Amino acid sequence: MTYQFDFSWLIGSLPVLLKGIRITAQLILIGAVFGVALGIACAWVRALGPKWLKPVVATYVELIRNTPFLIQLFFIFFGLPSLGIRMSELTAANLAMIVNLGAYSCEIIRAGIQATPRGQFEAGASLAMTPFQAFWHVVLVPALQRIWPALSSQIVIVMLGSAVVSQIAAEDLTFAANFIQSRNFRAFETYIVSTLIYLALAILLRQLLAGLGGMLFPRKASR
Amino acid sequence: MSLIAITEVKKRFGDNEVLKGISIDVAPGEVVAIIGKSGSGKSTLLRCINGLETIDEGSIVVAGAQFLPDEVHLKALRLKVGMIFQQFNLFPHLTAGGNVMLSQMVVKKTPKKDAEAVARKMLDRVGLAHKFDALPDELSGGQQQRVAIARALAMQPIALLCDEITSALDPELVAEVLAVVKELAAEGMTLVMVTHEMRFARDVCSRVVFMHQGRVHEIGAPEDVFSNPRTPELRQFLGVQ
Repeated sequence: MTYQFDFSWLIGSLPVLLKGIRITAQLILIGAVFGVALGIACAWVRALGPKWLKPVVATYVELIRNTPFLIQLFFIFFGLPSLGIRMSELTAANLAMIVNLGAYSCEIIRAGIQATPRGQFEAGASLAMTPFQAFWHVVLVPALQRIWPALSSQIVIVMLGSAVVSQIAAEDLTFAANFIQSRNFRAFETYIVSTLIYLALAILLRQLLAGLGGMLFPRKASR
Repeated sequence: MSLIAITEVKKRFGDNEVLKGISIDVAPGEVVAIIGKSGSGKSTLLRCINGLETIDEGSIVVAGAQFLPDEVHLKALRLKVGMIFQQFNLFPHLTAGGNVMLSQMVVKKTPKKDAEAVARKMLDRVGLAHKFDALPDELSGGQQQRVAIARALAMQPIALLCDEITSALDPELVAEVLAVVKELAAEGMTLVMVTHEMRFARDVCSRVVFMHQGRVHEIGAPEDVFSNPRTPELRQFLGVQ
């Protein structure tokens, strides 16, 4: 093997890489916050909400969970403009990730809600809380605690899946890698560097989520 | 005038009629024990008084609050009667203090500072002032049940319903919970309790209701019910001939 490794391009490409990292981080931050919020709302509907809303949410969840993320992204970015709904690449990427994570996290969070002992709802009710107050103040936090590892994994999956937003020219880390590679023709070096950055980002994200879990949930509460 | 008026209440689960026309009046300050075999409908009756079960016929009125299955009436009813459960049902993510504060803040919109003051007072009342910051999992069963009592008391109910509140406790922890209940009774709190603690029922209660197959089979002062059971069913239940 006579291939000579060359990483000298790295210094010159640093600004592009850093921008890519920033965009990817921004995408996952916004995607995770709003996606999980959407997931909580949908999980409430599916587990405890009004009957008429259930089929609406069920349709949304099944539609998203049974179609490719890339197609969802294309639909939002290329499809919706036909209806006069136009948005930037970044907005489309954000929206696609929120909608995608919303559906998956809905099902994860619903499992957490449905594993709640009935006595918790009854205790809330006997203290004169409305069903929604009991959900919000009594049920939700222990439910999230139950499924936090699964939810964290799903958020990391969405972060890694965000690589495909480069396909609509959203300038994320993968876009940056492709861009750099097309200039320096150093495919191996460029992609090994971007792989390591994704790995670092994923580990960092898992740590952040574990830390957040430690803040949100009291250590000993485990029911 | 009775505080809790239960009139001809019937309750069915599908084809199974669990309450077959129950009428009981509870006067203010009375302590009523409901005894009977499992399946006799005693827990269901208690849950109906708190609106955790709907009723099919009859009426339940607590201090003028009629039990109707809509949110406004349920809330009015539940603000008047507190409930304590066999399994404690403390909120696992909140400290003892947080458990007692939550419904005050959420339901009554009490400011946090005032809610905390009430919580400390109520925890002190059940002898757990020092456990304000403990999580439920760090407490013994008896302590958890006492927190549950403090939590119900913080809503200032005019009556408390106790659903076999010592049945999930180790024998040595039963006494501390019953002591709290006894104190409440002495202070004039109206109590309706489903219990298997016959000695407690005899010592503390003003009336005993024996339920059998969805009906009030015998009712009377504890001396009468325990010493002179009139029906063979009650005699069999009490294990006397």
